[in-house]
Amino acid sequence: MSLKTKALTKSIWVFHVSAGSCNNCDIEILDMFTPRFDIERFGIQLIGSVRHADALLITGAMNKKSVPRMKKIYEQAPKPCVVVAVGQCALSRHMFRDSYNVCEPLDKILPVDLYIPGCPPRPEAMIDGIVKLVTKIRKGK
Amino acid sequence: MNMRDKIKDGLGNKIKVWDERSARRIYFTVEPNDVYKSVEFIFKGLGLRFSTASGVDLPEGFEMIYHFSFDKAGEVYSLRTLIKDKARPEIDSIAPIFRGAEWVEREIWEMLGINFKGHPNLKRLLLAEDWPEGEFPLRRKNES
Amino acid sequence: MSHKVIVPIGPYHPLQEEPEFFQLYVEGEKVVDIDIIIGYNHRGIEKLAESKHYDQIAFLVERICGICSSSHPYCYVLAVEDLFGGEANIVPERALYIRTIIDELQRIHSHLLWLGLVGHFIGYNTIWMWAWKYREPVLDMFEMVTGNRNNYAMFKIGGVRRDILEEDIPLLKKTLDELAPSIKMFYGAINDDPVIKARLKEAGTLTKEQAIDWCVVGPTARASGVNIDIRRDEPYGAFLMNTIDWNVVLEKNGDVFAKTMVRILEMEDSISIINQALNKMPKGEIDANVKDVPPGEGIGRVEAPRGECIHYIKSDGTNRPVRHKIRAPSFMNVASDKVAAVGGTISDATLTLAAVDPCYCCTERVAVINKTDNKKIMNGWDLVRLSQEKTNKIKEGWPNGRPE
Repeated sequence: MSLKTKALTKSIWVFHVSAGSCNNCDIEILDMFTPRFDIERFGIQLIGSVRHADALLITGAMNKKSVPRMKKIYEQAPKPCVVVAVGQCALSRHMFRDSYNVCEPLDKILPVDLYIPGCPPRPEAMIDGIVKLVTKIRKGK
Repeated sequence: MNMRDKIKDGLGNKIKVWDERSARRIYFTVEPNDVYKSVEFIFKGLGLRFSTASGVDLPEGFEMIYHFSFDKAGEVYSLRTLIKDKARPEIDSIAPIFRGAEWVEREIWEMLGINFKGHPNLKRLLLAEDWPEGEFPLRRKNES
Repeated sequence: MSHKVIVPIGPYHPLQEEPEFFQLYVEGEKVVDIDIIIGYNHRGIEKLAESKHYDQIAFLVERICGICSSSHPYCYVLAVEDLFGGEANIVPERALYIRTIIDELQRIHSHLLWLGLVGHFIGYNTIWMWAWKYREPVLDMFEMVTGNRNNYAMFKIGGVRRDILEEDIPLLKKTLDELAPSIKMFYGAINDDPVIKARLKEAGTLTKEQAIDWCVVGPTARASGVNIDIRRDEPYGAFLMNTIDWNVVLEKNGDVFAKTMVRILEMEDSISIINQALNKMPKGEIDANVKDVPPGEGIGRVEAPRGECIHYIKSDGTNRPVRHKIRAPSFMNVASDKVAAVGGTISDATLTLAAVDPCYCCTERVAVINKTDNKKIMNGWDLVRLSQEKTNKIKEGWPNGRPE
């Protein structure tokens, strides 16, 4: 495993992007950093600048106004950068797929490495997903 | 005088229809030209609180309803008007009376295309910059 | 010579979970104008509702906003029940109590969430961590009653979907008893700490006249002395039964401190309301088994954590609405930032904007990002830091921890 990959899996810095979400998934993501789940003890940190991001946590139903910004953020993230689709809306746009104001699903716009279903996904489910992803990366994707 | 009588008294024959649906839901209709003065009386004169306004695309025209709350009695007074010209719907903006109406009217304009004359800032609120001009999501297209 | 500098906040600030955009125009330290751009969460729900039938819409509107996830479905079913002459006409008594219990639990979790954010913005991360830590038992209670931490799927036209089991009630009461001292602790922390008090006082003031002009609702209005609360003005749920003893919390200064006090005291009151509801809830049916929705127009209003939420339904007797209008409380409240943030300093800006407890998804705030050049740019992260630095400066000015 390269040093870069090793560093990535040892301490993942996540950057959160909402592309038209109801905020439930976003709150559950933040919840992971609070005392009950305390994901920071695994070295996972929520950061304020995409330029240091190892992983993008994307929520939301792909609102037309948000998608161009989301794409720009993905371009700014240093590669390798994993893309995590959090929540039903990011997976498939959920019940908003017929709306006049949503675009195509996330995985048709960006390459998604991890899907975490749920509305919203529990913090435990998100942690489980991240563990699975880290295992996958370490095995060499 | 209770609130119903105050409104009937103050608006007089501007009220074309008066409909008390239930104890706390009163709907009354005025002509589009009378909306500004009526709202001014209800908000400034009677001190009712503006909750919101909604518009709907009906075959006979665009119906606008302004919902006012009389908090002391928990009643909602809904002022209804029908804009018959569907080709170029417009009505006087009530934003000059109170600023809480600004966003509400902007949203109705971008969803239904009703022009609010005298609105200080009638521009897009929710839709993207590149949303096609002239396309109003809440207008009914010809559905066969 | 003053120069105008544009200071954008957002749209991807990590602690403002929703993308929304405030553009601050500053001259030196002072905010002279603000542009608010929303629409990043607009998913066309009102249009979608026209193509769904009445049962489905309750699930749709639940996802307007994650934090006040029970207010919108409650408001929606009240609007439809208005077509039947009102909630009291058709909903069984036990269901009224269950509705209020869910609604008040939601108020507690929402206010705790907000309190945590404010704590972070002023640099007291302990408040953030503790507020969210004490939020977890509330989410546990939701999970016990409804099956989910968020998105409860409890409200249906004519009643509720799930009952509160008798054997669960002792645990609910015990959790509430354990929560009450924590809320008291927050009250003490905010009220007795001179640094926090100094930080929050006089920031983001909205006068009573401005509150009325902008038609704001909820704690934002009550903190400015506007005495409105749908639970008292147009009672719904258990409040219809006149068995609940509670108070409307009113402050008059309209600053962030007043808004904080209103929310903390409301949480205390909510615990009491839930306890009373659990005690007074009668046995019986929880659902009226409504089949068809009559034609007509219905308006429903609830007091969401952020204020009055109002839904309007126009029905033609078929199983889909002709029109479903949704006005979330934040739609009125956030617009008032136009006057609340202007005149303040940039270090107070984040606090002021957060003080109305914007539920961006509810209101679909769309922020347009500017493309101006040659302007000094500070991001949201920097602005929070500015806010935290101001707190530190106050602390440094009081070496003994209190004003000299």
